[in-house]
Amino acid sequence: MFDKILPYLLSGISVGGQYALIAVGYTMVYGILRLINFAHGDIFTAAGFFMVYIATALPVQIAIPLVVVLTVLLGVTVERVAYKPLRSAPRMSVMISAIGVSYLLQNLMWYVTGGLAKQYPTIPWISNSITIGKATTKVVTLITPVLTILLVIALVTIIQKTKIGMAMRAVSKDFETAQLMGIKINSVISTTFVIGSLLAAVGSVLYFSNYTSVTPTVGAMPGLKAFVAAVFGGIGSIPGAVIGAFIIGICENIIKALGYTTFSDAFTFALLIVILLFKPTGLFGEKTSEKV
Amino acid sequence: MKKSTKNIINIVLIALMFVVLYVLEQQFGRRSMLVTVLKKGAIYALIAVSMNLLNGFTGLFSLGQAGFMLVGAYTYAVLTIPMAKRMAVYQYYDGGIINFTVPTIVGIIAAGLLAAVLAWLIGMPVLRLKSDYLAIATLGFAEIIRAIIQWDTLGPITNGSNLLKTYPTFKSVIPVFIAATICIAIIVFLINSTYGRAFKAIRDDEIAAEAMGINLFHHKQMAFVISSFFAGIGGALLAMYQGSLQANAFKSSMTYEILLIVVIGGMGSISGSVMASFLFIACSEWWLRFLDTEMMLFGGTFKVPFLRSGFRMVVFSIVIMIVVLFFRKGIMGEKELWDLYKPRKNKKVEGNKA
Repeated sequence: MFDKILPYLLSGISVGGQYALIAVGYTMVYGILRLINFAHGDIFTAAGFFMVYIATALPVQIAIPLVVVLTVLLGVTVERVAYKPLRSAPRMSVMISAIGVSYLLQNLMWYVTGGLAKQYPTIPWISNSITIGKATTKVVTLITPVLTILLVIALVTIIQKTKIGMAMRAVSKDFETAQLMGIKINSVISTTFVIGSLLAAVGSVLYFSNYTSVTPTVGAMPGLKAFVAAVFGGIGSIPGAVIGAFIIGICENIIKALGYTTFSDAFTFALLIVILLFKPTGLFGEKTSEKV
Repeated sequence: MKKSTKNIINIVLIALMFVVLYVLEQQFGRRSMLVTVLKKGAIYALIAVSMNLLNGFTGLFSLGQAGFMLVGAYTYAVLTIPMAKRMAVYQYYDGGIINFTVPTIVGIIAAGLLAAVLAWLIGMPVLRLKSDYLAIATLGFAEIIRAIIQWDTLGPITNGSNLLKTYPTFKSVIPVFIAATICIAIIVFLINSTYGRAFKAIRDDEIAAEAMGINLFHHKQMAFVISSFFAGIGGALLAMYQGSLQANAFKSSMTYEILLIVVIGGMGSISGSVMASFLFIACSEWWLRFLDTEMMLFGGTFKVPFLRSGFRMVVFSIVIMIVVLFFRKGIMGEKELWDLYKPRKNKKVEGNKA
């Protein structure tokens, strides 16, 4: 029995780690801008395509940092162009803008690739196969959770110990007061997008090393699931998002193991709805009260 | 203007519209691009108006429209496939388990009703959530509906993830317009009624609305159910337009498209949504087509850059982004086409309110 479950458990943990890296981007942006960044999943896909194209010309050691830099640039550009002009607009307008960006990025990627699935380059070492017990898997499956946890610890340290981290916490507590205290809102928001996109880029390298084929809409589902993970953990809370992502990744693969593959996506959303109904603030979310 | 004269003018205008449609169809033929765009545009207009009722008039940011359209489309298709052809369609499921066929019109109404019942059930828990949580929960429900419809165990009813086809469709543009006009007219009546004013009150300030004695949950539920009813009918019409049906096409990107139509037309404007739908469909299916084909200028010496498959949608989405960012009110804002002809006095009153 355990031998049967093990491969699913491994891939669950691995997928969970990849969702976690995306979910952190969602949860940080939501914490600061109160915005569901619908374009985040597409930025993740774009990182995949950057890799596909860059790896044809450059060796992987140079390609990966370059991909990360490009993805960060994309993320910050999206913020500057599509969200910054709407800073004082109602939240609904910003959300619509995010949906518009997602639509634009998907169409743009379709145009550039001609709508065909692209083969993701093989990255030496992490794409190798290894055997644990009776399960065969790729090295990336084992690296993902470790790398995820290291990155998240680093991130939490930045947020707790550094000056910019303190600014971020202040902005997410109270946008306007933080501004009055002399915090440069725009640079804080840009930093948030830098961190979010950076983690999405790392996540995309890990994710596509496992799934190997990139299409323009491939990021939509992992993106939504990562968002669910962020809500599950309590939106705005980074450890919450990570734990939520691992739980979703593992549950999803166990459902696949039980033979209900059709429902693995539906399960995530069912979980979301249950959470929203019974504990809308998630596992570690802060309580907010409506002001009149 | 008296109410009776107004009604007469409206009836004359609608009659005129159908005469024009008939002439156009005779002139250009049923398969021409113009008529195709009109058909699809009318269907999208209905769906966009139904979404506007929810997002623009009641202020409920719901992203579940594709799910309700899917339910409508499947209800219609499953109920109306002729008995003789069921064996071929449900070839993997022994001809399915539904042993009757209903007339087209019953199928369409059933499509709306089932979507409405489902919305009633979903609305009970979901409508308690606020803004973006509501958006993500309704999006989630749409995905769940899609998964359930593709579920193998339900295959004898829904044909699993296989194609549904051979159900009755329409050939002329007239029946689509009749259906869409009736539905949109009902929504307009609703919005101008007491209920409509209550919806707008909820949109503008929930707490104030509640203090004025409006039952929040009751009215939200009502808007949600009615919107889904018409989304279901819209889904059935879309199924008729397409001629074949598969659940996979009703992804969240479909909801996003409809939301963008509503935004382009103006949140809270019926006529805006209708115009934006025709504009959207005409641009994406027809007017911008030339962007997708390579073009040579100056006798084949100069190749126009960028033009190839997919460029149309890129240009199109950039235009949408410009509207979203810089013309946030869309074409009409919250005004209606018929407001533009009102005497000046009314405008001043509106100005004071703001």
